Amino acid sequence: MTGTATAGNLLRLSALDALELMRTGALEAAALTDAYLSQIAKNDKIVAAYLRLTTAEARLKAAANDAAPAADRAPLAGLPTAVKDVLVTEGVITTCASKMLEAYNPIYTATSILKLAEAGIVMLGKTNMDEFAMGSSTENSAFGPTRNPWDPERVPGGSSGGSAAAVAAGEAIWALGSDTGGSIRQPAAFCGVVGLKPTYGSISRYGLVAFASSFDQVGPITKTVRDAALMLQYLVGKDPLDTTSVEHPDVINLPQDKDLDGLSVGIVSELVGEGIDAGVKKVFDQAVKKMEAAGAAVCETSLPHVEYALPAYYILAPAEASANLARFDGVRYGFRAVGALADITEMYELTRSQGFGDEVKRRIMLGTYALSSGYYEAYYGQAQKVRTLVVEDFERAFDQVDLLISPTSPTTAFRLGEKTGDPLTMYKSDICTIPVNLAGLPGISIPAGLADGLPVGLQLIGPAFSENMLLQAAHSAEAVIGFDAVSPLIERAD
Amino acid sequence: MDFEPVIGLEIHVELSTESKMFCGCRVKFGGEPNARCCPVCMAHPGALPVANEKAIEYLARIGLALNCSIPERSIFHRKNYFYPDLPKGYQISQYDRPFAVDGRLEIVVDDEQLTVGIERVHMEEDTAKNIHAGGGGRIAGAVYSLIDFNRSGTPLVEIVTRPEIHSPQAARTFLNKLKNLLKYLDVSDCNMEEGSLRCDANVSVRPAGSSGLGVKTELKNMNSFKHLEKGLAMEIERQAQLIESGGQVVQQTVHFDFATGEVTPMRSKEFAHDYRYFPEPDLVPLAAGSDFVEKIRAAMPELPDARAARYVNDLGLPAYNSEVLTSSRELSDFFEATLAHFDDARMASNWIMGELLGYINAAGGDLASCRMAPAEMGKLLAMIRSGAVSNAVGKEVFAEMCKTGQTAGEIVAAKGLAQISDEPELAAIAGRVIASNPAQVEQFRAGKERVLGFFVGQVMKETKGRANPQAVNRILKEKLAG
Amino acid sequence: MVSDDDVRYVARLARLKLKSAELDRYSRQLSGIIDHINKIAELDLKDVEPTSHVTRLENVFRADTPWSSVSQEKALLNAPEAEAGAFKVPQILEAGEQ
Ligand SMILES: [Mg+2]
Ligand SMILES: [Zn+2]
Repeated sequence: MTGTATAGNLLRLSALDALELMRTGALEAAALTDAYLSQIAKNDKIVAAYLRLTTAEARLKAAANDAAPAADRAPLAGLPTAVKDVLVTEGVITTCASKMLEAYNPIYTATSILKLAEAGIVMLGKTNMDEFAMGSSTENSAFGPTRNPWDPERVPGGSSGGSAAAVAAGEAIWALGSDTGGSIRQPAAFCGVVGLKPTYGSISRYGLVAFASSFDQVGPITKTVRDAALMLQYLVGKDPLDTTSVEHPDVINLPQDKDLDGLSVGIVSELVGEGIDAGVKKVFDQAVKKMEAAGAAVCETSLPHVEYALPAYYILAPAEASANLARFDGVRYGFRAVGALADITEMYELTRSQGFGDEVKRRIMLGTYALSSGYYEAYYGQAQKVRTLVVEDFERAFDQVDLLISPTSPTTAFRLGEKTGDPLTMYKSDICTIPVNLAGLPGISIPAGLADGLPVGLQLIGPAFSENMLLQAAHSAEAVIGFDAVSPLIERAD
Repeated sequence: MDFEPVIGLEIHVELSTESKMFCGCRVKFGGEPNARCCPVCMAHPGALPVANEKAIEYLARIGLALNCSIPERSIFHRKNYFYPDLPKGYQISQYDRPFAVDGRLEIVVDDEQLTVGIERVHMEEDTAKNIHAGGGGRIAGAVYSLIDFNRSGTPLVEIVTRPEIHSPQAARTFLNKLKNLLKYLDVSDCNMEEGSLRCDANVSVRPAGSSGLGVKTELKNMNSFKHLEKGLAMEIERQAQLIESGGQVVQQTVHFDFATGEVTPMRSKEFAHDYRYFPEPDLVPLAAGSDFVEKIRAAMPELPDARAARYVNDLGLPAYNSEVLTSSRELSDFFEATLAHFDDARMASNWIMGELLGYINAAGGDLASCRMAPAEMGKLLAMIRSGAVSNAVGKEVFAEMCKTGQTAGEIVAAKGLAQISDEPELAAIAGRVIASNPAQVEQFRAGKERVLGFFVGQVMKETKGRANPQAVNRILKEKLAG
Repeated sequence: MVSDDDVRYVARLARLKLKSAELDRYSRQLSGIIDHINKIAELDLKDVEPTSHVTRLENVFRADTPWSSVSQEKALLNAPEAEAGAFKVPQILEAGEQ
């Protein structure tokens, strides 16, 4: 999709291509921003990727970029960016797709947004998501679902469904998402875009509304792997406001064009068997063959405890969430139940039962249950130990291979409403991505092809802080797979 | 039946750091509500805690001073419960891996040396402040409440004793000793009225001589030493009467109302506590390796017992003086500051214990009620020792200095109090006194030597006490013998 | 199996008020999830250390340096109800903790 960078098909430009055109003066930031805003105006009624647009600020910032001499421009100046509504933005309502925060006006801005804003990006608006990032389809939004640009009858995945759909629909050149159990990679796979979840700790979580603090990580959703690397360059770094953040040991490189010679790749055998759709498997197998042909040494690798990852995750993440969401109590900000409230307890109970949606309440109760007196050891304690086993499984695997691969999700995008009645089936949509979060590792999903007309994602997983190797391998794989993932909405727009 | 009370104390100490435990907002008492807050201490979505290093250092000082052992690793937990003064819906505290454990503090009650075991010392954060509107500012009867988050997130150290205290007096002594220790450690201003030192007590009673434990109640809101002692006495009495009349103590919280001096059991919670503690994922473990602990131990301020021993060994003070002087950090600091300007420790200690404590007690306040600077006290003592002012005048000047903060020199000059040691002047006065009291001269010469005291008194009267007594004695003896 | 009473207890702890139809639904759904989760009980993990953090970080602190707080106006910007510079809440019936 990139090699033909001209100002003619702005919606198909990668961020790097657009920067190059703006650097040479062939493209103005204002024109680029306008192209994306027009696409939003045209298609977002259907896609519903955005919860809120910041059109005026975007135009101003783009114009300011154009006014500055090229040499003074910030490194990412003029790139139209979509931001998941889970990152707080001072002065721009931030809702987490919850009625609880419908009118919440943040008094500060997330570190990740500040860093990108300093680097010059133009924020187009805030994108839809599953409420408080809890879900795999973006159907759990208090403000209605987002639709998949490849097929509006289908979900974009979740919880960063709005961000992934925006990039796939040509409604942003790239986007920010967050990933707790697959919330960047799974929607990226469903929408045919690239989604990177970096190593836990490499990007500040300050200002990322917490779902499960020991899993949450911000990351890029982009059209290309090189764009993901580019955005990552400006996101990483230790933040004094986030104790769990660290300085990335490497300077993040832009991947180079080269083959996969010398790279050993392990297929996670537990993630390619039962439960994986035949169409997904087929695309995955073809991608593996192409990688082998490009020089990768591929073998089967086992993560023996990976079957316990999902149950452990559905104890630990809701447990953390049950505490993280206790602050939504109607006292300092956000929704408060109206009417005569007899006392503080009634205020809490009505506020929280009216302000939270079903899935959020379900997870709060699940987490509360797992932590409650008498159950802690059997659930929370045991799950923490399973987490240790999963971490050790990955360590053993990385003694043998450089990278692990699997499908990103066992299925392609499912139909709206198809899984909403059965939470457990929905949870299983993240079976391939969750183990990576348990171990805090970097994982990336790249488009690998289509199954029945819907995108399939290939997930690559690396050791902690191996982003450079992971991105390089993903870039080479992207090239040898050679799948030009452009959604129908963009082709129609040309 | 005779009952023995069993008391355990839970003390919360607000640390006097510059900034809060997990954010940079200032730690200060009072002021405009909600003016020292930020996203972190108001628990805005996405905000994260970062631990204050100084607070951890203070915590370590307390743990070490209470003779605790410091485990290699301790971690923060979330303690989950809903209350409007708790913005996150959980308090960051420590649970089964506290910072310091198994310490002790020795106290003396009625000349008996007692050891109170310290179960744990841990780090946590303070809550916001609820102001109850209507109902006289009390929770019962209030129609609504107002919340001020200025205090939210102030570093709080919790000290939990073992239930090894057996009288209200011992509890008071313990708290007093602890407070003094904390002041030596320079970690808190320990102001009970402002809530920077707060004490709850677990109390039960058992038949004297038995070793089991009765049902305990938790006594809250004792915001002074007097209230602690009184509240405990009343609660012990209440429990004893209840048992004697065939009733049973119910495990509950009991509120001490310092306005009425009564203890009232509080409405018990509808739900048992289920705090769902779990490790705080936003913070990393504290690894207090031996280096860490030794560094803090080396930098520890001198503690009262060590200071008292130094006074005995190096300054040659009696044990009693040393103990009195070190019983308060301020007093002991004052003493040492005086010594920087005056080298007779014994004399300085006598004047502090006699005159200074006398002044403070009479003023009904603390050392702050004395306006005399230690350096000036040193200068006064030097004047007394050299004979520039008499002992008696010195006492008068001392009191005046305490009251006004003027220097000894100013007072002596203004009031003309300098001692008269001038021989001819004294001889002239002595001559006049002898001449005008012939009867007494007769008596003296007849061998009644104690009449000398009468003559000395007369000379002193003439000089308004400024005459050098040694010189007066000598001159009178010479003249009367002649 | 998660009983109605379990759900009621947990909802109360989490300050969620459930209607009786919701109670049924949540007991059923949570039972299904818990059944699946119980899979981890089959592992013997006596000798396994728990992991609460994947980072190996320790002793990360900030210096005790005050920063500028937000203004009172900003603090109260999102307050559902405020009075006299403070957040206003309905009557509190139970004593707090420390
Ligand atoms: Mg406490
Ligand atoms: Zn603050």
